Amino acid sequence: MIDLTSLTIKEAVDLLSTKQVKAQELTRTFLERATKLNKKLNCFITISQNVALAQAKKVDGLISDNQKLGPLAGIPLALKDLFSTAGIKTTAGSEVLENYVPVYDATVVSKLKVANAIFIGKTNLDAWGHGGSGENSDFGPTKNPYDLTRVPGGSSSGSAAAVAANLCLTATATDTGGSTRQPASFCNLVGLKPTYGRVSRYGVIAMASSLDTIGHITKTVYDSALILNITAGQDPFDATTSPKSKEFYTKEIASGVKSLKIGIPQEYFAHLDIDIKKLIMEAVKKLESQGAQVFDVSLPHTEYGVATYYIIQPSEVSSNLARYDGIRYSFGRDKFGAEAKRRIILGTFTLSAGYYDAYYLKAMKVRRLIREDFTRVFKNVDVLICPVSPTPPFKLGEKINDPLSMYLSDIYTVNVNLAGVPSLNVPCGFVDNPSTGSGQGLPVGMQIIGPDFSEKLLYQVGYAYEQETKWYQKKPNL
Amino acid sequence: MIKVKVKSQSEKSKSVRIDIDHLAKLANLPLTAQEKKTFEKQLTDVLSYISKLNELDTTRVEPIGHITGLENVTRDDETAPSLTRDKVLSSTSRKYNGFFQVKAIFEEQ
Repeated sequence: MIDLTSLTIKEAVDLLSTKQVKAQELTRTFLERATKLNKKLNCFITISQNVALAQAKKVDGLISDNQKLGPLAGIPLALKDLFSTAGIKTTAGSEVLENYVPVYDATVVSKLKVANAIFIGKTNLDAWGHGGSGENSDFGPTKNPYDLTRVPGGSSSGSAAAVAANLCLTATATDTGGSTRQPASFCNLVGLKPTYGRVSRYGVIAMASSLDTIGHITKTVYDSALILNITAGQDPFDATTSPKSKEFYTKEIASGVKSLKIGIPQEYFAHLDIDIKKLIMEAVKKLESQGAQVFDVSLPHTEYGVATYYIIQPSEVSSNLARYDGIRYSFGRDKFGAEAKRRIILGTFTLSAGYYDAYYLKAMKVRRLIREDFTRVFKNVDVLICPVSPTPPFKLGEKINDPLSMYLSDIYTVNVNLAGVPSLNVPCGFVDNPSTGSGQGLPVGMQIIGPDFSEKLLYQVGYAYEQETKWYQKKPNL
Repeated sequence: MIKVKVKSQSEKSKSVRIDIDHLAKLANLPLTAQEKKTFEKQLTDVLSYISKLNELDTTRVEPIGHITGLENVTRDDETAPSLTRDKVLSSTSRKYNGFFQVKAIFEEQ
């Protein structure tokens, strides 16, 4: 008997469509594992057992009646608890919304429903998406399945840990400054940050509206493309979605990288951890041996990214969080946690009379320079490859009392959000775990960055590399 | 009130005043005395880091308004079904006769 929880989406779709497994059986298996391991990992804020079983029953009915099925029919997945789900509690990881039950679905949730996916539950996160460790959740930190004393990354902490621990086959995520890519890299997973405007943000609780993108976390590159096939596209409910038609991202995914031009941005490697650098350069060599060409390139404004991001993002956070006053739903502003309060105060300051020009306006100018760096470099190369995180997963508690040091961990991810371009995190190996010295290593990811709307190309590059390495087969010992 | 030393382009130091009580009031955010003290220190660190941007001359740079380049996005002005009143009120704990019930604003104390 195969272990159903270790399947990829592609494999599970095949088993379901050939009637080798029933959606209800698959769903029960995941629900049982999720319930059991959640005590250890704290991935889920809500496990939506009744919803999942009803959805699975419906799918089995459609299969036995030979009805038309959605492309994710019977696939158990999890939703980050920022995604509004009609009838299922949606907390944003904050006590402010502890009892909030939305009356409508986010667009991405509706699309996944139409695709006949199964909703196992709502995943834990840094409250409101604020953080890179999962520790800012008001519902307790999530643990990294590869080392329970370390963080799984954030803010999509529960989504990454749940997929890594085989508690679901994929999970939705958001990426405002790295919140999809960084936890994916900390948990040996594939994480997509799409082009700004490629996926609808409607119904996803807003963090910083000019930076927010809607991603997802999967075990393999193919699975990631499969999900984007469903989530991408223009939405009349989100005016920032692009009218550019979506592509079929799984098609031609195995095209290879022959004569692809890869740029290595020097600023991203100058002070990088030597072991992480080694793994990324080995990955680049693998692509080179498949026919890609490699060039050194420069993104000169890289070092101003974090400062720019920590003006624009808190400014927009302070504005977006102003609506949570407890007047109509849920609780009042006294329930905000420390990080949300800190960002509201910082953002209120940078937008306040007398300081707007010096901070917000200045940051919007530097943002243009950062975007122009990318535009310029993509005239000469097709994609960029660089690290996602300056360090492997760090210890729980290590940075929580030092916000600036936590903010500086975002150094390699925020520029992508400021520029709006897409980026794909792909696992590229393991480094030794300094706490254990031996045994299970700690995952490392690299990001493949491309010009606006180049998601299809990113998948081709990631897929070419993954075929040779298959890091996703190295599962945590739980 | 705290002061942050910020290096300007000409490398002269100037001070930025952060009045945390005023900001908390603007943001309608209740803060404890301890939180005010902690945030003051942490925000000082963050703001002095952010002042790094003053190294860049941006006098000739246009601010980026938004990334997409889309303009005047509209939708058809047509009526469509929306949520019912009962549904909208289903998640609130304070309702009265089909309305949200809120604290009086104009009542005399």
